[in-house]
Amino acid sequence: MVIYLDNNATTQIDPIVLQTMLPYLSDFYGNPSSMHRFGGQVGAALQDARAQVAELLGAETTEIVFNSCGSEGNNTAIHAALAAQPEKRHIVTTAVEHPAILNVCKHLEKKGYTVTYLSVDGRGQLDLMEVEAAITGGTALVTTMYANNETGVIFPVEQIGAIAKECGATFHVDAVQAVGKIPINLKNSTIDLLTLSGHKLHAPKGIGALYIRRGFRFRSFILGGHQERGRRAGTPNVASIVALGKAAEIAQQHLQTLDSSNPLNNPERQLRDLLEQQILATIPNCAVNGGGTHRLPNTTNIGFKYIEGEAILFMLDKHSICASSGSACSSGSLDPSHVLTAMGLPYTILHGSIRFSLSRFTTETDIQQVLTVLPTIVEKLRAMSPFNSDDSTWLQSRTLTPTPT
Amino acid sequence: MWDYSEKVLDLFYNPVNQGAIADPNEPDVAVVFGEVGSIACGDALRLHLKIQQSTEIIQDARFQTFGCTSAIASSSALTEIIKQKTLDEALHITNKDIADYLGGLPEAKMHCSVMGQEALEAAIYKYRGIEVEQHDDDDGTLICACYGISEPRIRRVIIENDLTTVEQVTNYVKAGGGCGSCLAGIEDLLIEVQQERVALSQRVTAEVAATPLSPIQKINLIQQVLTEEVRPILLADGGDIELYDVSGDVVKVSLKGACGGCESSTVTLKNSIETKLRSRVSPTLTVVEA
Repeated sequence: MVIYLDNNATTQIDPIVLQTMLPYLSDFYGNPSSMHRFGGQVGAALQDARAQVAELLGAETTEIVFNSCGSEGNNTAIHAALAAQPEKRHIVTTAVEHPAILNVCKHLEKKGYTVTYLSVDGRGQLDLMEVEAAITGGTALVTTMYANNETGVIFPVEQIGAIAKECGATFHVDAVQAVGKIPINLKNSTIDLLTLSGHKLHAPKGIGALYIRRGFRFRSFILGGHQERGRRAGTPNVASIVALGKAAEIAQQHLQTLDSSNPLNNPERQLRDLLEQQILATIPNCAVNGGGTHRLPNTTNIGFKYIEGEAILFMLDKHSICASSGSACSSGSLDPSHVLTAMGLPYTILHGSIRFSLSRFTTETDIQQVLTVLPTIVEKLRAMSPFNSDDSTWLQSRTLTPTPT
Repeated sequence: MWDYSEKVLDLFYNPVNQGAIADPNEPDVAVVFGEVGSIACGDALRLHLKIQQSTEIIQDARFQTFGCTSAIASSSALTEIIKQKTLDEALHITNKDIADYLGGLPEAKMHCSVMGQEALEAAIYKYRGIEVEQHDDDDGTLICACYGISEPRIRRVIIENDLTTVEQVTNYVKAGGGCGSCLAGIEDLLIEVQQERVALSQRVTAEVAATPLSPIQKINLIQQVLTEEVRPILLADGGDIELYDVSGDVVKVSLKGACGGCESSTVTLKNSIETKLRSRVSPTLTVVEA
């Protein structure tokens, strides 16, 4: 039995969602654009799904455009924002965005755009003063994430949006990690464009949506047919859209049951807090990265000093526990996570950081199992490590040479 | 997920020889350790050796590693490889030997095996009283400032592992994996090493040419010249040539196709083939038709 604590990477498809989508992979294969009832009934299902997603976001159905994934949503949003105000050549984003934002920005810098990357503090938080100083009348786009995928730290998006609005910039929010986990209401929001991805909220992979505020002068990124009111060409991925609709409906119901009562009365948050507190209590020399901030209820990122993240993951894997790490070795690149690096965390913690991300399917048994095996794993790896105190000098003596500018 | 071999996973989950070695303070026994890496780089290894001084045999080896799955497995593998070897034998161990012992490593993880080889070298140099820093920076400019990688280290992995691309160098020693400003420098080194290799093989050819050929070498060289230099020209004219026999300095060939019935075939033989063979193989050769 797998203990899946990597829900910020992807989630299991909710069995009800799967049941709902299956008929659209078999019986109801018509094209929703067709002029016959067989296709028309599929079109009706798309409209229902659109209403379900709109409902989750507090949006109108015409504001929802289905697409293929979060990366497409982010690329489309940036493209649309720049096309809306072509005379402005400045973008404001943060240093801790997903690559689907950062790499687009880097590409645009080569094309002559100027990009400001806002910094974060040691707990992963933005400084609103810095935001205010960065955004000017020449800023075409402000794009920030709603919540960070690695630490779960939530950004004050409405306050950032208010500053963006004052300067006439388009405001895009990458809400891939937030949608379905915390309540979002775009009705009176400053957000113009918002990205979400299905597989982060128990729908399948390969489906996403972009929220486009009514009245925003949107130019489409993928040209072709008139699907999605001409805003995203391509025959709709019907079964997955139906699935995303159902997943949104279930997430909405789930959030409502939590909202009515005390915010602490959230089983996901309670299990996360249990995991976090017990780890801190039983394992010495570890710290919560981004701890003590406004965070997603499902995410915790813990740095274990003096050991390396990939090794911890492989040890956990032996117990069928799935988590992820921001260490260099687990990423496939030589650099550790850009998010933890931007937070200025010491290398002793950086390389040994593990993210546990829960879902509504996580049980207390899962958490107890982690708490049972983790102390032994950390102890075993620390026994192997030549490094066991912040005072040992030799390992720290060769620090990174600053990059020549 | 990394595609690790069974051996890597086995040595990671069940590492052998981990820990330090206490100095027993016995006569004829020395205990030293070598260190490479740093917490900043994301991996570090401290390798402990117990050496019998009279024979220079490594009696015991232990490791302490901060690093990923393959770093730990590489360290453990290294200790197994070097036990009971003499220091001179151990110095001949390359990172490739470590990787081979593990049944291979993913290319992006080859630097773990390099770390093992470097720690071994560091420990032995320390025992012998050679300053590792000096060795490292001998004629060594620092190529990669981010990871502190000098030219000799990059040269060594290029040569020992037959590397041909900058990406491979980054995978093996991390150089170029940081800010990327040294990528062109690494490329220059690759070209340099390749040119040195070409020069070396030309020198070997020249030396071989200076010594008299044995009959077999002579026949092989005749065959090679005919195949590579003569035959293409004849083929272009619709003819062909085959080596029939070599007896002393007489080379018998059979001519086919257009050449065989051609009146000028004798001239062709005499003029081109003989000249070619005389200049390339031996000035005393004559060519006849079989």
